[in-house]
Amino acid sequence: MRYLPHTQGDLQEMLQAVRAQSLEDLFSSVPDACRREQDLRLPGPLSEWELDTHLKQLAETTGPGQGRASFLGAGSYDHYIPATIQALASRSEFYTAYTPYQPEISQGTLQAVFEYQSLCSRLLGLEVSNASMYDGATALTEALFMALRIAKKKKTVAVSKAIHPHYRQVIRTYFEPMGFTVLELDYTAEGQTDTATLQANEDLAAVALQSPNFFGCIEDLSSWAERLHANKALLITAFSEPLAYGLFKSPGSLGADIACGEGQSLGISQSFGGPGLGLFTTRKDYMRNMPGRLVGQTRDRDGKTGYVLTLATREQHIRREKATSNICSNQGLCATIAGMYLASLGGTGLRDLAVLNRDKAEYLKQQLREAGCQIPFSATTFNEFVVRFPAAKQDIPERLLARGIIPGLHLGPYYPELEDHYLLNATETKSKDDLDALVKEVAA
Amino acid sequence: MKEIDQINLPEDLKYSEEHEWVSTDEDNMRIGISDFAQDQLGDIVFVELPEIGARFGKGDEFATLESVKAVSEVYMPVGGEVLQVNPELEDAPELVNADPYGQGWLIEIKPDEPSQADDLLDKNAYLAMIKGD
Amino acid sequence: MKEFDTPGASGLIMEEPLLFAKAKTGRSGFSLPSRDVPRAELPPEAETRRPDLPDLSELEVVRHYTRLSQWNFGVDSGVYPLGSCTMKYNPKINEKLAALPGLAGAHPLLPEAMSQGALRLMFELQELLAEITGLDGVTLQPAAGAQGEYAGMRIFYAYHQKQGQTRRKVLIPDTAHGTNPASAALCGFQAIPIPSNAQGILAAESVAELMDTDTAGIMVTNPNTLGLFEENIGDIAQIVHDQGGLVYCDGANFNALMGIADMGRAGIDVLHLNLHKTFSAPHGGGGPGSGPVCVHKELQPFLPLPWIVKNEQGYTLVHEAPDSIGRLHAFYGNFGVMIKAYCYILSMGPLLKQASQCAVLNANYIKEALKEAFHLPYDRLCMHECVFTDQYQQEAGVSTLDIAKRLIDLGFHPPTIYFPLVVQGAMMIEPTESETKEDIDSLIRAFLQIAREACEAPDELHKAPLKTKRKRLDETLAARSPCLTG
Repeated sequence: MRYLPHTQGDLQEMLQAVRAQSLEDLFSSVPDACRREQDLRLPGPLSEWELDTHLKQLAETTGPGQGRASFLGAGSYDHYIPATIQALASRSEFYTAYTPYQPEISQGTLQAVFEYQSLCSRLLGLEVSNASMYDGATALTEALFMALRIAKKKKTVAVSKAIHPHYRQVIRTYFEPMGFTVLELDYTAEGQTDTATLQANEDLAAVALQSPNFFGCIEDLSSWAERLHANKALLITAFSEPLAYGLFKSPGSLGADIACGEGQSLGISQSFGGPGLGLFTTRKDYMRNMPGRLVGQTRDRDGKTGYVLTLATREQHIRREKATSNICSNQGLCATIAGMYLASLGGTGLRDLAVLNRDKAEYLKQQLREAGCQIPFSATTFNEFVVRFPAAKQDIPERLLARGIIPGLHLGPYYPELEDHYLLNATETKSKDDLDALVKEVAA
Repeated sequence: MKEIDQINLPEDLKYSEEHEWVSTDEDNMRIGISDFAQDQLGDIVFVELPEIGARFGKGDEFATLESVKAVSEVYMPVGGEVLQVNPELEDAPELVNADPYGQGWLIEIKPDEPSQADDLLDKNAYLAMIKGD
Repeated sequence: MKEFDTPGASGLIMEEPLLFAKAKTGRSGFSLPSRDVPRAELPPEAETRRPDLPDLSELEVVRHYTRLSQWNFGVDSGVYPLGSCTMKYNPKINEKLAALPGLAGAHPLLPEAMSQGALRLMFELQELLAEITGLDGVTLQPAAGAQGEYAGMRIFYAYHQKQGQTRRKVLIPDTAHGTNPASAALCGFQAIPIPSNAQGILAAESVAELMDTDTAGIMVTNPNTLGLFEENIGDIAQIVHDQGGLVYCDGANFNALMGIADMGRAGIDVLHLNLHKTFSAPHGGGGPGSGPVCVHKELQPFLPLPWIVKNEQGYTLVHEAPDSIGRLHAFYGNFGVMIKAYCYILSMGPLLKQASQCAVLNANYIKEALKEAFHLPYDRLCMHECVFTDQYQQEAGVSTLDIAKRLIDLGFHPPTIYFPLVVQGAMMIEPTESETKEDIDSLIRAFLQIAREACEAPDELHKAPLKTKRKRLDETLAARSPCLTG
């Protein structure tokens, strides 16, 4: 076996050195009652060629298939990934390293993550960023816990119903044992979070919104920030599509105290939903309340600039049960990829790409409207929006699927009041022909 | 780390078993950590102090000191109300290392019962305790 | 020392500034798709300026990250005996297959009929992990070991709730990783520490003393962080179960036990695995990982949603179950990492047992070779890793940190240092099964050389490393005046 280098001779010499007769002898500390009664019943070992064939079969039965167009977004987005990203991310010095505990031989990872932090901080308009969390859902959950730590005595947070339903499910899982109150805020006819559903509440530590929200609509963050800050509560802004901030005003510039969300759009494969990347930024005042790893700049003994993991006293390996989180890793490689992607685009490229995304979606929206579809929410959207197909044509989704077009996400299972509504996404990867083909089917 | 005989312990202060010091020559009392404690902690990188006006009982945790790889709580040697916190420490936590009895003081309190200080250790008793540590 | 005795040397090390220092507005490293739709009017919420990100050409980006990568030590660079992290070889075929467009490009909300390959892979991986651990139910959703621990604690909480009880405490040995108490606290449990005994393991009596009906259960790392098998686990499980509690096993060190131990028979109710340790997925400079959780069948109803189920039509997702703890991840966890672990298991098959045996042999071989020169606090048969201290070298003023930094100059990644906390000045060495006898002998020679240098020229060791791009870095400065962005 090519992964096991020991020859029979090696085994004999080494067993002798440890004064054991056989490999079995090495396990004498494992009591019989804890041992397997049978050998491993596993398939294989498969040769590299057999494995390749098997996985290709699995890959072929996944996805819409060649030449089919999918308008699914809803937290996972189809963007073009430059060839440079795969080439650079495949450098095994990056991916076969572990957490940079020994900074002198990890400056590559450390500088890349420091740059990632800097890029996130600039993109989201807040002063500090951590080295990343698991995904958008867990980043938002951690942000809510962080707001409760900052508020000390308050026990309530409010979460918009226009936040990704899966993110809200994760919040529910994490909050249930902790004895905090989670209020839910409804959305308006325009598709934004309804300010009227939030009553004055002395116990409120923070409100979490998503912008663009799950319906693709941009939230009015600055008026929320003003209102919350007047009541000494924090504004947490989540997102699932960070490319929007190539075009829209950043959450930090609009008054968000914590901006966090999913970074998959930044050069990371969709990969059936994971790994993703949890972006997490906040104000400098709250730096010591942040969860997760941080990389900081320092100097070496010769006075040269270098990077280290820092502010580790917040973390579980030092503060144990009093830590700001139990997280002990970051999505290092995904964060590095996001850095590579943002560096490839630059500010100019990101702006152009974001504008193109919106233009594609606006074109599709306009064409669908003309084809008789209803666009129920009037708020500004980015590359995603909600559509109600004409009532007389209930069979549209099925017809589209039969033609190899995935008509976005059916919202009924998540929002019963939006039973016949679909969430459609169009990024730069959809050509005008793709968009026209969808519209043609809808109009037929 | 310092040898025990290098530890600076002013005569006019009282010490707690948790290594805090208290100045008792005025009505209001200043509190800090001993030279021994700062030496054990190593380079202090961050000091978290309470808010002015906060009240703590004797033995309550009122501050935390962080070095690069450790966090230590600091406890009230005498209960009382916080009148002042050392404003310099936010930007210069290293003062706790450099001058633990002077510029590195932590808080000033109005004691609830000044007599609580009587139960604390004097220099010699404290020295005997750390030698036995 | 002879040439090639150890691989340490100074390499081709270029300087490279931050991205921001190289940027020039107007450059681009990205090929923007051509515009085939009209420009829409900019909405009022739009920013008027471009984002403040650096513009670079494609070659500048490529050189930047290539140079950065050259300052990193990975498993592909050399021996990486980082204890508790299982830095085994990351097979290249697994990287290739995880990047197959069908899998890497799959949207998580595709109709089930279009996700059969991905669902089948996940279902089969669950079955494989159940067989390897001896437990019954598996969730792949936790995105890392720490989230696996959290899932386990959350299942403890849900299980006791179902019994109509709110138990407030969890027992955690003093040798545990810091994530254990942090994960327990995140479910509202108070972590109660239990000391290990003179042999470095838990005694059943110390568990019996602390276990009561207000205690939800125990979290045991097995093999523990001293590299020792918790031999009393069966009795401990009995004591905990008798009081209505559950037994959690942190399986971060499962690389010692494949094909050997049956965690179900050992009385374990919940166990997490690290696909990026035991099952060869790369560590990625800190992630992404994957921390599946395996449970006894009684706890299956509590596993997070969605569940993957196989029926006549194929594979399908179950989104509702009354006792489930709910969702932990936006989608199904780190599918990309699961593919690599699945490929590894199929490549190894029953040979996984031999991998564990060789990992344990390598660790014991190192332990025997170094125990004269370095203080070995627990001199007994170890599992996949061994723990030494700097006690002998301290006499010359040489610390674990000095030894670790000197190893860098000799061409090795240092072991895990200053952990576990119960051993002062710990050095935790985990060679894994991937290393040849020759490379292990070379690592041993490097350690022995350092032991000699500690006697002969201790001051030189304080200066190490000397051959790296950067010398020892000032962590105090970084923490006192945090600079987190450039």
